Amino acid sequence: MAVMTYREALNLALREELTRDPNVFVIGEEVGLYEGAYKVTQGLLKEFGPKRIVDTPIAESGFTGVGIGAAMVGLRPVVEMMTFNFALLALDQIVNSAAKLHYMSGGQYNVPLVIRGPGGPAHQLAAQHSQSMEVYFYHVPGLKVVRPSTPMDAKGLLKAAIRDDNPVIFIESETLYNVKGEVPEDPDFVIPLGQAVVRREGTDVTVVAYMGMMYRAMEAAEELAKDGISVEIVDPRSLQPLDTATIIGSVRKTHRAVVVEAGAGFAGMGSEIATEITEEAFDDLDAPVLRVTGAQAPMPYARNLERAKTPTKEKIADAIRRVCYANGSR
Amino acid sequence: MPRTVLEPRFQVEYLSVLDAEGSLDSALDPGLPPAELKRLYRAMLLGRRLDERMVRLQRQGRIGTFAPIKGQEASQLGSVAVLRPTDWMVPSFRETAAMIWRGWPIEKLLLFFAGHLEGGQPAPDQRDLPITIPVSTQLPHAVGLAYAAQYREDDVIVMAYFGDGATSEGDFHEALNFAGVWHVPVVFVCQNNQWAISVPLKKQTNSKTIAQKALAYGLPGIQVDGNDVLAVYAASREAVARARAGDGPTLIECVTYRLGVHTTADDPTKYRSAEEVAEWERRDPLTRFAAYLKRKRLLDEGLEAAVDEEIAAAVARFEATGVADPLVMFDHVYAELPPDLKAQREALAEGLRSGEPGRREKHEPSPPMRGQRSGKR
Repeated sequence: MAVMTYREALNLALREELTRDPNVFVIGEEVGLYEGAYKVTQGLLKEFGPKRIVDTPIAESGFTGVGIGAAMVGLRPVVEMMTFNFALLALDQIVNSAAKLHYMSGGQYNVPLVIRGPGGPAHQLAAQHSQSMEVYFYHVPGLKVVRPSTPMDAKGLLKAAIRDDNPVIFIESETLYNVKGEVPEDPDFVIPLGQAVVRREGTDVTVVAYMGMMYRAMEAAEELAKDGISVEIVDPRSLQPLDTATIIGSVRKTHRAVVVEAGAGFAGMGSEIATEITEEAFDDLDAPVLRVTGAQAPMPYARNLERAKTPTKEKIADAIRRVCYANGSR
Repeated sequence: MPRTVLEPRFQVEYLSVLDAEGSLDSALDPGLPPAELKRLYRAMLLGRRLDERMVRLQRQGRIGTFAPIKGQEASQLGSVAVLRPTDWMVPSFRETAAMIWRGWPIEKLLLFFAGHLEGGQPAPDQRDLPITIPVSTQLPHAVGLAYAAQYREDDVIVMAYFGDGATSEGDFHEALNFAGVWHVPVVFVCQNNQWAISVPLKKQTNSKTIAQKALAYGLPGIQVDGNDVLAVYAASREAVARARAGDGPTLIECVTYRLGVHTTADDPTKYRSAEEVAEWERRDPLTRFAAYLKRKRLLDEGLEAAVDEEIAAAVARFEATGVADPLVMFDHVYAELPPDLKAQREALAEGLRSGEPGRREKHEPSPPMRGQRSGKR
């Protein structure tokens, strides 16, 4: 184990996979000479050269489509979106081509493509650069969607994504790039897609949360522990495939659930997880499943408004108390 | 400072070898051997006859909606014929004749348009992408294939097809731009058939030609008479040679005409005149090529009957295939079958067996009363 930042863990994963497999290459805006807008590709151009670390014109649909074409003949492109909000320009390529060509070719061509970059709320990136983009992708059959919350997950899941034979949407976060944590240095360390992890064990309530929301839920759990409420936190890590077994298993133990997501709640991940819980474990529940989500509004630029829109530790704690009937309203 | 000219005048060439009467400009003759000329004509005729047969099959409800090729046989075959089997062919949705040239069995194409997934499946050794329904999205893929060829130092080139309407899409421009910047071996073949459903070319672009759009991206563009198979062949051979020599991509604009419907769901009499269609029928690619071959004594007797027989045999093989198996819908969603899809597949299989498609056993209520936890704690 080594202690490194989330950014360094991603960089290490890329370096290891580029070294391991000559078919892996990185493509996107500013990934070469500039080493990535968030420096995730630092040092890679120097080490692997311009054929494998490819700076492109500013054309997300174009370079995503190029990646799809190269992937169909067995290369393993890692496409960087400078921010995942820019993936909207490539939405048709992702939804109608990356996700469909295996199907449309009757299984003849795989599309082993990774599209990665930061998404979700950050620090005052405002309406067009703060969106929780996973919602646009996990609905689409054919795509896998990953949201890694820790440096260890960032490394293990990115390596699994690169080795996967399907298109994988891999959404990082600007707010996590400097988070430090322990990361295995073993180049064979991978975390299979579709495995949730219990971040904190508890007995009274299950909280499902990922990325920045997972850290806020952990803080809320610490605080509630003082009041005698024992919170279990499940981080799904990959949203498609979703490890419902771990989530349901936890709910069967705690009998209560809160789902947290940073983006607007309508038809979001929280809705899906709440539905899975009610379909599979309704008779185990002692309270309705609650969602804590962002407000149904574009992300404001002003700091105080940004805070008001996004789930906070306090909002999460409040929801946990409510499902435990510990907020005085019992 | 004065205004100065940064670029000399751009030049866009137009190439025509066989005129509408089938008279050859011998200075421009690509000089194909007789066997190749005969093979091309047979493929064009097969494309035409199959097209007519497919329209009837669609009208009878035996296949679904498709895009007929009538009038565009020369554009497709003059270009695809210059490829090696190891090169890549990237179709849009109207390249039936080109696909058959590349080795797609006719019955497989019919299966595709009848909704069978395996109809879209290229053979393992076939370097063709499947039919692309979205407009122009296949063009960046073609650049990706070419980038991969360059990456692996494979001696292959890529030929990508699209229509005039596709040149308004962003993906067309992005693909040409990437191809130009990277100097990759792609030949872009635009079948300008004058109509994007009901929108005529003059409403699609204010450019005098489509070929000239290449110049903005630093690659050569040429316009050819797309109803003249020899002109298309000559231009394609030149472009493919350029790509193979490492001299980069080319855009070829084949000026042609869709003599029939956009798709079998379209009625072109609503938006274009019978006179216009008649004028283009006069320039039919098959008529002029047949006239030329006849003069060269290369037109075989009984060719039409032979072609029809081949089509009839393929239709019979197609008809002998049963209906599509509903369970295959899950088989190629992912490279592997994930547990949730496996469960849905099994549920559907069970439903089909019991006559209740889609029934999901696991969601059957188990306790009679909902909302009361059954004393597990």
